[in-house]
Order: sequence, then C-alpha cells, then structure tokens
Amino acid sequence: MSEVRFTDQHEWVRLDDDVATIGITRYATEQLGDVVFVELPDNGRKVGQGAEAAVVESVKAASEVYAPVAGEVTEANAALVSDPAKVNADPEGEGWFFKLKIADRNEFAKLMTDAQYKEYVKGL
Amino acid sequence: MAQTADLKQTPLYALHCALQGKMVPFAGYEMPVQYPAGILREHLHTREKAGLFDVSHMGQAFLRGDDPAAALEKLTPADVRGLKERQQRYALLLSDQGTIKDDFMVARLAGETALFLVVNAATKFSDFAYIAERLNGLATLEPQPDRALLALQGPKAEAVLSRLIPGVAQLGFMQIAGFDIAGADVVVSRSGYTGEDGFEISLAAKDAEGIAQRLLADPQVLPVGLGARDSLRLEAGLCLYGHDMDEKVDPISANLAWSIGKRRKIDKDFPAAPTIMEKLFNGTPTKRIGIRPDGKAPAREGAAITDRSGRVVGQITSGGFGPSLNAPIAMGYVESAHAADGAEINLIVRDKALPAHVVPMPFVPHRYKRSR
Repeated sequence: MSEVRFTDQHEWVRLDDDVATIGITRYATEQLGDVVFVELPDNGRKVGQGAEAAVVESVKAASEVYAPVAGEVTEANAALVSDPAKVNADPEGEGWFFKLKIADRNEFAKLMTDAQYKEYVKGL
Repeated sequence: MAQTADLKQTPLYALHCALQGKMVPFAGYEMPVQYPAGILREHLHTREKAGLFDVSHMGQAFLRGDDPAAALEKLTPADVRGLKERQQRYALLLSDQGTIKDDFMVARLAGETALFLVVNAATKFSDFAYIAERLNGLATLEPQPDRALLALQGPKAEAVLSRLIPGVAQLGFMQIAGFDIAGADVVVSRSGYTGEDGFEISLAAKDAEGIAQRLLADPQVLPVGLGARDSLRLEAGLCLYGHDMDEKVDPISANLAWSIGKRRKIDKDFPAAPTIMEKLFNGTPTKRIGIRPDGKAPAREGAAITDRSGRVVGQITSGGFGPSLNAPIAMGYVESAHAADGAEINLIVRDKALPAHVVPMPFVPHRYKRSR
C-alpha cells in the first residue's frame, strides 16, 4: 500500500515499503514552465533530508530538487534525460525523478498530506 | 500585492489578463512573461508563423528641431545624418568615456526632419534625460508616453499585417513609414528583436488594444511573452542591454563595431572617438562571443568561463536554452585569446566544468526581408 506526501518545496514522495519515489508537483511544473533539462542523481548516492538531489531547468531558469527524506538513490528516471517534457506532461506519474531507499520513515510521516499540501498551495 | 503597487501597466494590460498572461515585474511594468501556450510553443510559433509582442514599455520619442541628426551624432557613433527618409538604423548611446549607455533604434520619417527613437524600457528615463540635456538647443526631445508599441514577428508577419495595411509589404528591412489602420495612424518599421522578418507598430495607446485584437484574430498569430522574446533574441545573437552590454563596456569589446558609421570613423567626432578607434585597430582585452555547450545542460548568466586548464577567462552574460536548436546556447565575454570561433572553453555550472565551444552568431540564421 503506497502513500504520497508533499513538501513545501513542491516535491512529492510516494512510499512503497522502504522505497520512496520522488518528483515535483503539478503546481511546481506550472510555475516552472516548459522543462528543457533535468540532471538526476547517480545510483548509490546518499542524500540527506533537504539536500540538493536533482536539477530541473525551464527555458527561463534552473531550480533544485531537494530530497524530501534522507536515503540512498536506487534509480533515476533516465527517460527524463532524453525527454524532459515528460515532467510537464505527467509530473506526478511518468515524470518522476528518482527513487530512494529511505533511512527513516518518521521523516516521511512528518511531510504534508495531500490535503495539507492543497491547503498550502492555496495560500501561495 | 504590495510589491506590484508601483508597477505601471501598458495599454494592453487588460488584454494580457484576458489572454491569461502570466504577469511579472519587468523594467517597472507588469508584463506577460508567457501565455498559456508556454515559452517553448510561443518561441517555435514565432519562428514558424507569427508572434505578437507588447513592447509598449519601451521608450519612444521624437527628436525635433533644425538639425536633430547633428545633435544626436554628438551622443552616438551611428551615421544618423546619412539616414534617408523612411530608413531606420541601430545605434548605441555612448557615455563621455565611450561606454554603452544604451542601444536604440533611430529612424527618419518621410517628409519630416524629426527623428523617431525607440530606446530600452529599463533605461528610458535616464536616456531621455541624458539626451535632452546634451542637445545644446539644436533639437528638442519629445518623449511619447502615450504611444504603444506592438511587434509582429515571424515568416507570416508580412501576410498577416498586409490584411490590415495593404502596401506594408513594400517596406524592406529597416524601413519605416506611416500608415492608416481603420482610421488609426500607425508608424510601422520592418524590424524587430527575434531574427525573423517582422514589424514594429507604433500607435496611440487608445488604438493599441483594438489593433492587437485584430492581429490576434488571425489564426497565424499567437501572443508571445517576454520569455520567448528573450530566447528568440538570444538565438538571433542580439544583445540585451544591462546583460550583454552596459556602461562598463565599449562598442568594440561588445562586437558592435558594425554600428559605427563609416563617415563617423573618418571624422572621429563621437564620444571618446580616439579611445574607441584605438580599440578598433588594436583590439580589446575581452570580446563578446557566442557559446555552444557540448552537452545538454544550459549555462546561465553569471556562470564563469574557464580555459581547459581551469583558469577563469570570462563570464556568461546571457545563457539558456534555444528552443529552435533544441540545445543550450549562451553569449558572454572572454579574454580575446579565447574568442576565436572553435575555441575550447569550459563553463562552470553548479561547480562542474562543462565543455563548450566558441561559435559564430547568430545561432539561428536571420531571415530579414531586405528591400528588393
């Protein structure tokens, strides 16, 4: 049974057992505009919570994607490198960025729920 | 919002909102950075068909008097006196030290001694003050805050505008003339900031929305925001003032020596002419160049440029993604020893050295329609 949580930096995290899949939210893609480049972390890289893990660039600007939870990178979405437009087309599905084997489930539990995130975005 | 309280709006503000433009502060105005189509589509549509841009934030002025060209030549190295009727020219506004205060367009309208100027939005008030105080009674500067400016750019621009202005196709690149659109007086020049064929249409603020609507009603035309305007001009190798040149840079380092008139070079009668001519003959320590990163990662303004050994030799002044090339592009300044086409350089992006090459500009060939 997977569960999805959100950060105030507009990343989403889906947890399946101890593997977290991470991407950016539709709100984030709408703010960014057309994505033209992504830089993804290498497998095996250990990232702390809040660390810069990936980069997403639109025509206008570059933004960091932060690791919402600490863990070890197990997979990056190579399809985004050749087709960055997938991030805009399906940000919370095919446009996922990377997967982490998470270190601490409590970090995940403290992130925003879907309802909390929606409320947060409304206030922006 | 508090931070937008001091921002001005162009006569097309209501139209931008109706078109769901994403409004951002730019040069003191609330301007659309993009519309729902997005920067990529707006950019590609302009190269393929036609894009309509609101550039009413730019500064327009008439320079009137007995000899406005002579007055203006005190401040620019362009050949202004040699402008024929209906001709427009790119020019640099120079400081006393011969550095670039702005770039602008100057035109002579048919049947008038007056010159028509279009200067950059962010610098318009300082430009107008600077010009006005240096006219020495030879001319009078009349800023036109109640005029709007539209740009219609792209290969279909001629066909689209011809439907409103039969005869506009007679204008060649960098020609300008007055026309009438359903009773509205407009001044149309065949020029722009995209590298494409196209027109800029100067008109009274009250007429702007109606004429913009008529242009947008054509299925070939998409509204285009400042985001695509920037990517289009970068692909065309055109400078953005305040980024690719400013008051610290001279025309030779900026690779804009072509804007110095031939007669002006002989007469050496423009600001800091001896200094600038010396640079023209002997070269400058740094030079503006075009850059193609070897990989896919864009390098942005401010990124350091190094040689292959890692020594810093310059800096990027404009950089991003070129939608028509589907690749990153940039321009910047490097030490002249590294400025030759094909020179191997590195760009420092997120602490990594990314290999790149110096390339000729424009990145995308210009498609201007010169007069036959």
